[in-house]
Amino acid sequence: MPDAGLPLLAVRGLNTWYGESHVLHGVDFDVHAGEVVTLLGRNGAGKTTTLKSIMGMVSRRAGSVRLEGIELIGWPSNRIARLGIAICPEERGIFASLNVEENLLLPPQVRPGGLGVSAIFDLFPNLGERLRSQGTKLSGGEQQMLAIGRILRTGARLLLLDEPTEGLAPVIVQQIGATIRRLKAEGFTILLVEQNFRFAATVADRHYVMEHGRVVDVVANEALEASMDRLHAYLGV
Amino acid sequence: MMGAFVAWYLLQYLGLGYWPALLVAPIVIGLFGVALERLLLKRLYGLDHLYGLLLTFGLALIIQGLFRNRFGSSGLPYAIPSQLAGGHNLGFMFLPNYRGWVIVFSLAVCLGTWYVIERTKLGSYLRAATENPALVQAFGVNVPRMITLTYGFGVALAALAGVLAAPIYQVNPLMGADLIIVVFAVVVIGGMGSIMGSIVTGFLLGIVEGLTKVFYPEASNTVIFVVMALVLLVRPAGLFGRAP
Ligand SMILES: Nc1ncnc2c1ncn2[C@@H]1O[C@H](COP(=O)(O)OP(=O)(O)OP(=O)(O)O)[C@@H](O)[C@H]1O
Ligand SMILES: [Mg+2]
Repeated sequence: MPDAGLPLLAVRGLNTWYGESHVLHGVDFDVHAGEVVTLLGRNGAGKTTTLKSIMGMVSRRAGSVRLEGIELIGWPSNRIARLGIAICPEERGIFASLNVEENLLLPPQVRPGGLGVSAIFDLFPNLGERLRSQGTKLSGGEQQMLAIGRILRTGARLLLLDEPTEGLAPVIVQQIGATIRRLKAEGFTILLVEQNFRFAATVADRHYVMEHGRVVDVVANEALEASMDRLHAYLGV
Repeated sequence: MMGAFVAWYLLQYLGLGYWPALLVAPIVIGLFGVALERLLLKRLYGLDHLYGLLLTFGLALIIQGLFRNRFGSSGLPYAIPSQLAGGHNLGFMFLPNYRGWVIVFSLAVCLGTWYVIERTKLGSYLRAATENPALVQAFGVNVPRMITLTYGFGVALAALAGVLAAPIYQVNPLMGADLIIVVFAVVVIGGMGSIMGSIVTGFLLGIVEGLTKVFYPEASNTVIFVVMALVLLVRPAGLFGRAP
């Protein structure tokens, strides 16, 4: 675990509200450069809200979110994106009024060093064959690939992936797992939200467990087998 | 309406004629639109669309009232530019040159707008932000600024229409209000959110209305709404609308 030095992302005492309802109650965790870290937790634990809060997509948040020491709380999401963070949302967010190519090219390049379009087609060959189709005409798996592929172009180094395997066939889940391992090898840092910790165990270095808007535990991937009982209790599976 | 008045002011006080007005009036009114969006409309985005509708409708009434107070409602003449005076006999009808120019120029502007929205990168931002502004902004696009500029551009287009209409309808505080219901019908028939739908419908309805005026003048004011009712019965999303 590359634990030396300043974490790439440091979240401290993060609180988030949707209107009157207080959803995150002081979330703390770190992600170091080059790591793949997961947020595990039951439905409604606040995983998606944590990603949205990092990205600046919620209207009211407090606490601290630092990227390489820069405080992001209070910044609008477009400025946060420009620092090199990109999100792949839970609902995938493929645009129906754009074709596949337009969807892929939509996110602006925020930094140099993103993957080229041909490298993305190497990862996801299906996309290259359907460039003119309406984005939402793709299958669920293809839409997920498009949602991941489009943020690889932007040069963002920290990727926030929200349940990329949800509802997909096992063969596609495997393909996405292979993609995540390959992205890690290329130096991307990934914060992954998962419900399926068997999948998470195949890609991640570390797992944070969320409950009721807090991080309540952390398990290194090597210790996962030994911690099964604890995890089963947290996740109720 | 304000576009037409700016054209009239430019001529009256600065001696700037039709051609410069075609450029200056949209810019002036577009900036006015930008200010309006920044100062007022922006505050309503979190709320139901109805509030925005009420605010803009109220503002329109106030502005219209101010102009009426100053100019009355009889209308000020605005001459056709000399280059476009006269007309041509097309055999089956007489087409004044100025009307021919308005048709060609507005078609060009419409197609240009369509091209930008449907075929360019900027257009893909606009379409995507219409669907999911929060996500487009999270990709690094300054969506609030884009909305302001788009609003300003829309207002500028309306001003352009005002200048184009000035020599035909005279400059009149009510010239915009008279149109708004028809514009509403055009958008609904064409299909909400479809530029091509609005363009095609706008020109088709113009022809339908014109023909009705010739053959059955009593119905020329209602024909548009009859068409609207029929279209909505058959295609609730409009002619070019995507079914919701
Ligand atoms: N837009 C919203 N407005 C109000 N409450 C919300 C909103 N989005 C989420 N919540 C609430 O916030 C809490 C946390 O939701 P969140 O989506 O972050 O959970 P999650 O851990 O991602 O769950 P899941 O595994 O189902 O995706 C839930 O109680 C949810 O009902
Ligand atoms: Mg979620």
